[in-house]
Amino acid sequence: MSASDWQPTASLETLKSRARQLQYVRGFFARRQVMEVETPVLGRFGVTDVNLDGIPAFPDAGPSPSWWLQTSPEYHMKRLLAAGAGSIYQVARVFRKGERGRRHNPEFSMLEWYREGFTDQQLMAEVGDLVCQWLECPEPDQLPYREAVRRYAGFDPMTITDHDLGRYCQRWLEPEQLAGLGRDGCLDLVMSFRVEPELGRKRPVFITRYPASQAALARVSPDDGYPVAHRFELYINGLELCNGYWELTDAEEQKRRFEADNRQRRANGKADMPVDGRLLAALEAGLPACSGVALGLDRLLMLKVGAGSIDEVLAFPADRA
Amino acid sequence: MASYSTNEFRSGLKVLLDGDPCIMLENEFVKPGKGQAFNRVKLRNLMTNRVWERTFKSGESLEAADVVELEMEYLYSDGEFWYFMMTDGSFEQYPASEKAVGDTVKWLKEQDKYTVTLYNDAPLSVTPPNFVELEVVDTDPGMKGDTAQGGSKPATLSTGAVVNVPLFITIGEVLKVDTRTGEYVSRVKSS
Repeated sequence: MSASDWQPTASLETLKSRARQLQYVRGFFARRQVMEVETPVLGRFGVTDVNLDGIPAFPDAGPSPSWWLQTSPEYHMKRLLAAGAGSIYQVARVFRKGERGRRHNPEFSMLEWYREGFTDQQLMAEVGDLVCQWLECPEPDQLPYREAVRRYAGFDPMTITDHDLGRYCQRWLEPEQLAGLGRDGCLDLVMSFRVEPELGRKRPVFITRYPASQAALARVSPDDGYPVAHRFELYINGLELCNGYWELTDAEEQKRRFEADNRQRRANGKADMPVDGRLLAALEAGLPACSGVALGLDRLLMLKVGAGSIDEVLAFPADRA
Repeated sequence: MASYSTNEFRSGLKVLLDGDPCIMLENEFVKPGKGQAFNRVKLRNLMTNRVWERTFKSGESLEAADVVELEMEYLYSDGEFWYFMMTDGSFEQYPASEKAVGDTVKWLKEQDKYTVTLYNDAPLSVTPPNFVELEVVDTDPGMKGDTAQGGSKPATLSTGAVVNVPLFITIGEVLKVDTRTGEYVSRVKSS
C-alpha cells in the first residue's frame, strides 16, 4: 500500500474511451436487433474446463457446498437460448482464479453473444464488423491452426509425434516439467511462445479449425483427414481477443466432454467440478443451432488506446481493488 | 522452508533454483483463454550473477531461498575474511569471503556501512553505498590554478581503488566517488 494507491490506474481519458466502447457495443447490437440479457454472476455451478479455475463463494448460511463466481456467462445464456430467447448478448463481469499479468486480471469484462442460425463463418464476419469498425482496422484474415503452427513453429501439429513435440518444448521446459503436460499442454506452450506473438501483426487474423482435442463446446468435423473443431479465436497485434464456437447442441456429447474434463482434472491433481445438470437438461430440451463468441472488452480497449498493460484500461485492477 | 507457487511469483522474490539462490527480476503470466497457463520468469542467480530465463507451468512452485539483505559496518580484514558487524546493536559479526566481497573490496573503508546479503546466514555478497568518500593517497603532483582546463589523471585512493580525477586534485584530499560507475564526483570539504 502506498499513499497514491487509492487512485485509478487508468487515465480519465481511457475511462471515457471505456464508456464510449460500451455505448458502441450496445448500439451495434441494438441495430442488429440482438437482445441484451443479464444472467447470474454468482452461480450454483462452475465449469469443468481443465484450464479454468473458478473462484468459489458461499452465499448460503451455514455449511454447504460452494457456489461459483462465473468464469463466463455461457451456461446461463445457453439455457436462455434453449428457452427460446433468440439471438442474445451480454456484457458480463467474469472471474478466473490465479489469472493476473500484463494481459490478465482475475475479474474482467466479457462480451458474450449468441446468434441463432449462424455458422462459425457468419459469426466471424460479425465479430470482424464489431471489432474493426471500433478499432478502424482492416477486416481480419483467416488462418487454420494447423497452418499457423506450421508457419511460425515449423512443424505440423496434427502429425508430429508426442516424442518430437516434447523434444521441441524442451527449449522452454525441463523433461520432468513436461511430464504430465500432455499433448495439448505442449501445443499451448508452442502457441503462447512461438505462434501468438506473430499473429495479427499486419492485420487482424482469426485462427480457425482447432484440433478436436481443444474443441471445448464446439462442433467437430473432419478436415483433410483430421477431426477439427468449429472454433475460432481472433488475434490482433499478438493479443488474443475472443474465442468462438459453432455450438455443440448434442447433450450426450456434451456430457461425455464434461466427464472427460473431470478425468483430466483428476489426472492434473485438481478437484472434480460438479456437472451443471441444468445446462444438460437445457441441451436435452433442445439448443437451437447457433454460434457463440466471448470477447474480452478490456483487451479490446487496450488495442483501442494502445495500452501495453490491462492495468492501463481498468479503473482499479486486482492490486487496487 | 516455505515455497512460492506460480501465482505468488513477483519481482524481488528470492527463490532456490537448481540449488542456487536467485532473485526474480521479471514474471510474465501467459495463458491462452482455453489453454494451459505458464509463467515466464527472469531470475538472477545470486551466486554467479548470471540471468536465467525459465518457464513454469501454472501451479508449480519454487522453494524460498533464505536470503536477507542487512546493513552492516565494515570492521577489518585478516587477509582471508572481511569482517562486518550488524548495526542493530547486537554487535553480531559476519566474515565475508573474497568471493562474497568481490569488486566491492576496493570501496571498503572501516566503519562505513554496506549492504550485506546473507544466504543461509553467511555473506553471499556485499554492496557498497552509491557514493563513498575516500582519501587520495597517491597521484601526480597537482597543477594548482588549472581548474578550468579539462584533462584528468589517475589517483589511488586509501582503499586501493584507482579513479580518474581532475588535474588539480592533490594527495590528502578526500573525494566523493560513485561506486556504480567508479567515477569521481567531487571534492569533499575537509573539516
